[in-house]
Amino acid sequence: MSTHAEAIEHGHGPEAAHEALAHHFDNLEQQREAGALGMWVFIAQEVMFFGGLFLAYLIYRMKYPTAFMAASNHLNWKIGTFNTAVLITSSLTMALAVWATQTGRSRKTQVGLMAATLLLGFIFLGVKAYEYNEKYVDGLIPIAGWFDPVGHNVHIPAGVTTGQYQMFFWLYFAMTGLHALHMIIGAGILLPIMWMAWRGRFSPEYHSPVENFGLYWHFVDIIWIFLFPLLYLLGAHFGKGH
Amino acid sequence: MSTNTTAAAATGTREWRSRFPTVNYLNADYGIWSWLLTKDHKRIGLLYLISVSFFFAIGGAYAGAIRLELLTPMGDLMQSSTYNKVFTHHGIMMVFFFLIPAIPGVLGNFLIPLMIGAKDMAFPKINLLSWYIFMAGGLITFCALLFGGVDTGWTFYVPYSSNFSNTYVTLAGLGIFINGFSSILTGLNFIVTTHTMRAPGMTWFRLPLFVWSHYATALIMILGTPVIAITILLLALERLSHVGIFDPALGGDPVLFQHMFWFYSHPAVYIMILPSMAVISEVVATHTRKPIFGYSFVAFSSLAIAVFGFLVWGHHLFVSSQSVYAGMIFSMISFVVAIPSAVKVFNWTATMYKGSISYDTPMLYAFAFIGLFLIGGMTGLFLAALGFDIHVHDTYFVVAHFHYVMVGGTVMGYLGGLHNWWPKITGRMYPEGWARFAALVVFVGFNLTFFPQFLLGYMGMPRRYHAYPVGEPMWQVLHVMSTGGATVLGIGLLIPAVYFIWSMRYGRFAPANPWPGTGLEWRTPSPPPTENFLVTPVVTWEAYEYRPIEELQTIGPGEPDQPIDGQHPANRGTETEER
Amino acid sequence: MSEHIVPRTTYFAVFGALLVGTAITVAAANFDFGRMNDIVAMTIAVTKMLLVLLFFMHVRYSSRLIWVIVASMFFWLLILLLLTLTDYSSRDWFGSNVGGIMSR
Repeated sequence: MSTHAEAIEHGHGPEAAHEALAHHFDNLEQQREAGALGMWVFIAQEVMFFGGLFLAYLIYRMKYPTAFMAASNHLNWKIGTFNTAVLITSSLTMALAVWATQTGRSRKTQVGLMAATLLLGFIFLGVKAYEYNEKYVDGLIPIAGWFDPVGHNVHIPAGVTTGQYQMFFWLYFAMTGLHALHMIIGAGILLPIMWMAWRGRFSPEYHSPVENFGLYWHFVDIIWIFLFPLLYLLGAHFGKGH
Repeated sequence: MSTNTTAAAATGTREWRSRFPTVNYLNADYGIWSWLLTKDHKRIGLLYLISVSFFFAIGGAYAGAIRLELLTPMGDLMQSSTYNKVFTHHGIMMVFFFLIPAIPGVLGNFLIPLMIGAKDMAFPKINLLSWYIFMAGGLITFCALLFGGVDTGWTFYVPYSSNFSNTYVTLAGLGIFINGFSSILTGLNFIVTTHTMRAPGMTWFRLPLFVWSHYATALIMILGTPVIAITILLLALERLSHVGIFDPALGGDPVLFQHMFWFYSHPAVYIMILPSMAVISEVVATHTRKPIFGYSFVAFSSLAIAVFGFLVWGHHLFVSSQSVYAGMIFSMISFVVAIPSAVKVFNWTATMYKGSISYDTPMLYAFAFIGLFLIGGMTGLFLAALGFDIHVHDTYFVVAHFHYVMVGGTVMGYLGGLHNWWPKITGRMYPEGWARFAALVVFVGFNLTFFPQFLLGYMGMPRRYHAYPVGEPMWQVLHVMSTGGATVLGIGLLIPAVYFIWSMRYGRFAPANPWPGTGLEWRTPSPPPTENFLVTPVVTWEAYEYRPIEELQTIGPGEPDQPIDGQHPANRGTETEER
Repeated sequence: MSEHIVPRTTYFAVFGALLVGTAITVAAANFDFGRMNDIVAMTIAVTKMLLVLLFFMHVRYSSRLIWVIVASMFFWLLILLLLTLTDYSSRDWFGSNVGGIMSR
């Protein structure tokens, strides 16, 4: 492992004195590698976490295709498309924020791009809240005693039970709710990173927090890339009359 | 603790003691906060040791209550509803708060950085955080048990656990959900540490097999635990919203819960047994003074167990509404997973062949492990066969099988590992005579407890019942044997608890390498200094490079009981001055 | 050992492709491809995901270890989905398609 031996040699070089280097690492390169690896392993964990929900979706979707398509028509695909675009744009600004720290742009550029990411994230969440409210108005909140689409003049096609309808919305709220929770947590992590950027802590040598947060944010984006067609677009062809 | 200057001077007859700095990880700082806010992986390992022992004692007390109730056929000690809670609490405490975190939390945390020549884990703060999460999860679950308990069985099957249980399922589930993240963070730390923190020269195939096995364990922790987390979250949401995806009223399928539960909980069995195998590999090599036979086979068998362990969960669902075709597939793959386990058993046995076997306590536990795991594993194959499983499903046969794997496997490995590294952890030797005696008591008590349960199960005694027919005289005989054995086992477990605590103050001082072993952890003082090594070690030897005793002194760059580069610490300058 | 810096133009190109992908998936949802509906939608989603993974998340420029991690998370997700599906898809075979399992 000659590379490691070299890495140790580097440890006595000038960068060993970097303020961000933790005591148990030899150099910043090793620290950065460990951080990125840790983030990827964490994302693998997240994939399996959401995987359980996707499994439940897959099974019931297979069992009740008609009910799921019909229920899907109560989701507004136009709003969904808008939100998808918002989230993709926030991924772009985040990628550019990583780029800005990598290339050592001014801290205003760094913070500006992160602020744009944060703002787009909040727009997404705001739209999501509006959609949740719409579901509440239509009696589609899948809690026992609340779920009453028929009482709210929502048409349920023949051959579909209210229970199957409710199942779709249970999964809809579980999946989008967990996704939204991840975005809220992401926003909470982004704020201190913005503060660090404002203090000029990031440079081409050291920007692991920005980079790793970027990985997390893109991962949340990927989840939405799947949720959007699975939940919103499922029934769009099913009959536009609904 | 007591390895301070005064104590060292008291045994000044030992020359090695004077060669080492007396500042080590135990006495580098004092006070409660130096422990509760420590980022030292060794201290975190000890925090785990204390908390895991606490949960083990609680789980053990519930086991005692179960055995006491089954002494007589009538349900005279408790009602069936109380009994439901008692076996549930026993299972929850033992599985989630002892078996899963015990060896990775205590020995894995303590040893992995030492074995790979690192100063600490890759993420020391996350390591400490994972202990706090573990404690939070453990105490929340413990509160749920105190408030009134859970009666679903540790498996939380719906609909027992969904809207038909009025016990503290949600609170206990919350504790287990939180505890899962402790497991995930521990696994994350192990993986990243193994990849990025190895000392120069420590290539993958020079790693001790302990590290390989823990790496495989960490893979399961990362990829399996989140699935049980989401499952319990969905269960909690179902209880809170009174409807949910496992609810047949919505067209939901309760068997889906079993799929998702066992997707984690079957691999979780390997989270329990792989670290134990990790310990046994080290102990067998050290105490037979031979390199492990077929190192790479043993290393890759750990990874194979981790992968194949994920493909067999359906064998828990043979009597559910699972398709028989899926059952056939799961049954076949279950047989396949026996192969890597058998590779390990054969290779340990082959390692002992013509080895210089010592009968020190760790090796006694290794013998016990190999024999008991063999029985546990083979009866697992019985249960993987579709026809036989339907006969003994949910009987004491199953109970006996998994106790042979979990107590006979995991607990034996844990005890063996604690004895093997106790000198390194505390700098003191445990009393060998008492320890051998306790190992014998544990072995006898264990077999007396659980072997009769195989017979009981085969005769048809179902699990999770607090009473059984008086008209079956053999049943009571076997139950009495089992309860008697449990008493012996309990005493056998109390003896180490007493002498371990005793040895921390009165045990004789341990040399750096008491057995001696070849791993890096034996080439640093006992107990190690805070950053493990006085200088960064450079590894130039293969794993388990045993030589005759007289040659051993010159292996590699360091003598077994000297600092790693053979230099006197006092000549090292800054590295030691910092501490 | 400096890291690879992805040029800004790549980010903008990927962003454009993601928006186009979103438009296509919405447009495709308004046509009924029968059983192909899901396959079309998932193909587009997987393509978009790969773009995010490879470029935004820098996997294309990362070490082999990162590739292995990415591959294994999909592998394990597939285990979870497919092996559970073996149960649900074969539950009603009993009696009607006994040879089914053998011909696999």
